[in-house]
Amino acid sequence: MTFSYYPGCTLKTKAKELDGYARRSAEALGITLDELADWQCCGGVYTTAKDEIATKLSSVRALMSAKKEGNALVTLCSACHNVIKQTKHELDTNDDMNLRASNYMGCNAREAADTEVIHYLEMLRDVVGFDKIKEKVVNPLTGRKIAAYYGCLLLRPGKTMQFDNPENPKIIEDFIRAIGATPVIYPMRNECCGGYITVKDAEAAKKNSTAVHESAAGFGADCIITACPLCRYNLIKAESPIPVIYFTELLAEALGVK
Amino acid sequence: MNNNLKEEIIRTSGVNVLKCMRCGKCSGTCPSYGEMEYHPHQFVYMVEKGEIDKLMDSPSIYKCLSCFACVERCPRGVEPAKIVEAVRLAATRRQGGNHLTAEEIPCIVDDDTPGQLLVSAFRKYKK
Ligand code: SF4
Ligand code: SF4
Repeated sequence: MTFSYYPGCTLKTKAKELDGYARRSAEALGITLDELADWQCCGGVYTTAKDEIATKLSSVRALMSAKKEGNALVTLCSACHNVIKQTKHELDTNDDMNLRASNYMGCNAREAADTEVIHYLEMLRDVVGFDKIKEKVVNPLTGRKIAAYYGCLLLRPGKTMQFDNPENPKIIEDFIRAIGATPVIYPMRNECCGGYITVKDAEAAKKNSTAVHESAAGFGADCIITACPLCRYNLIKAESPIPVIYFTELLAEALGVK
Repeated sequence: MNNNLKEEIIRTSGVNVLKCMRCGKCSGTCPSYGEMEYHPHQFVYMVEKGEIDKLMDSPSIYKCLSCFACVERCPRGVEPAKIVEAVRLAATRRQGGNHLTAEEIPCIVDDDTPGQLLVSAFRKYKK
C-alpha cells in the first residue's frame, strides 16, 4: 500500500530519527511512504483566525499534491498533522476560505485538495492493524513500562482531529501493547508541554513540562514516548528524569529494523 | 467600548460570545491560568463588553499556548482560544506590534532547538 508522506521541516533536521525509524518500520510492514516532492513547512501551529488564508496555503498545496498522486497523505509530526488536518477541515466547511484559497491556487481548492490526511499512528491502527504489528514483532519489548505522551496536537480540537477520544485516548497505549511493552496511564498524558512559549518564557514552559514528566515518572514509567519534536524538546529541557523518545524508535526496535 | 475593534474580533474569531454562560471551566482547565492577567472566560466577557484595548495591551495574549483545552472542554462550544488568537493578531498586526524579532533568536536557540519551535513562535508572536 502506498501513501504520500509529509515529513515537515523538523524531521529533516533535529528530529531525523523520528523520520528514519518511521520509514524503516513502514517498509517492514509493507507500506510505501512516498515523500511529496514539493512540500513546504506547515508553519508549526494552526491559526484559527478566519482572515488568515495565506498561512494555510502550504497545507492546501500538500493536500493537492497528494491528491494528484492519487494517495492519502500520511503525516508524522503532531504539529504538521494538526495544521494540515485543521486546514483541511476549514477548507471543507468554510466557503469563504475555499473561495479565497481557490483564487490563490487558480482552481477549486476544496476539490483539488480532497484527499484524506492520516497520522502515522492512525495508519498503524487502521491500515496495518495492531494485531498484524504484533505478529511482525521480532523483538518484543517485554517488561518495559512506557508512558504515552499525547500532548495537545494529536487530540484537539477533538471534533476536527477525530484521532481518538480526546479525554481518554488509547491508540498509543494499544500501540505499546502491540510491541510487547506495558503502557503506563498517568493523568497528564493529554496536557500541554508549554509549546512555543519556551521562546519567550522558558520558566512557564518548564512548569508545564515538569508537571508532565513528574506525572509519568510518578506512575512508574521508565520512558516517555511522543510524536512531537517540540514536546520532546520541552520535556528534556525541563530535566525529565526518564528518557523521552519518539514512538517510531520503539517500533523499529520491536520490528528488528532499528 | 470600541465597537470597531469588537466587530473585528468577532469576525476574525468566528466566535459567538453570547453563548458563554460564564461557568469558568475554560479558565479552570487553562494550563497558563497562573501566568495570565485576564483568563479565558474574561477574554470572552470582555469582548462582549467591547473592552478590547485592555486585552490587546495585556501580556495575557502571549501566554496562551494554543493547546485547545478550553475549546475541547467548554460545555457551550464557545471556543475561547479563538478569541485569544483574534485579539493577539489584532495586537501584533499593529505597526510595531511584533512580540518577537529575529534578532532575539541567537540568544534563545541551543543545539537541540527544533525548527518547529521557531516557526511556531514566529507565527504566534510576529506579523
Ligand atoms: S467554558 Fe465556555 S461557557 Fe464556560 S466560561 Fe468558558 S467560554 Fe464561557
Ligand atoms: S488554548 Fe490558550 S486559553 Fe485555551 S486553555 Fe490553552 S493556553 Fe489556555
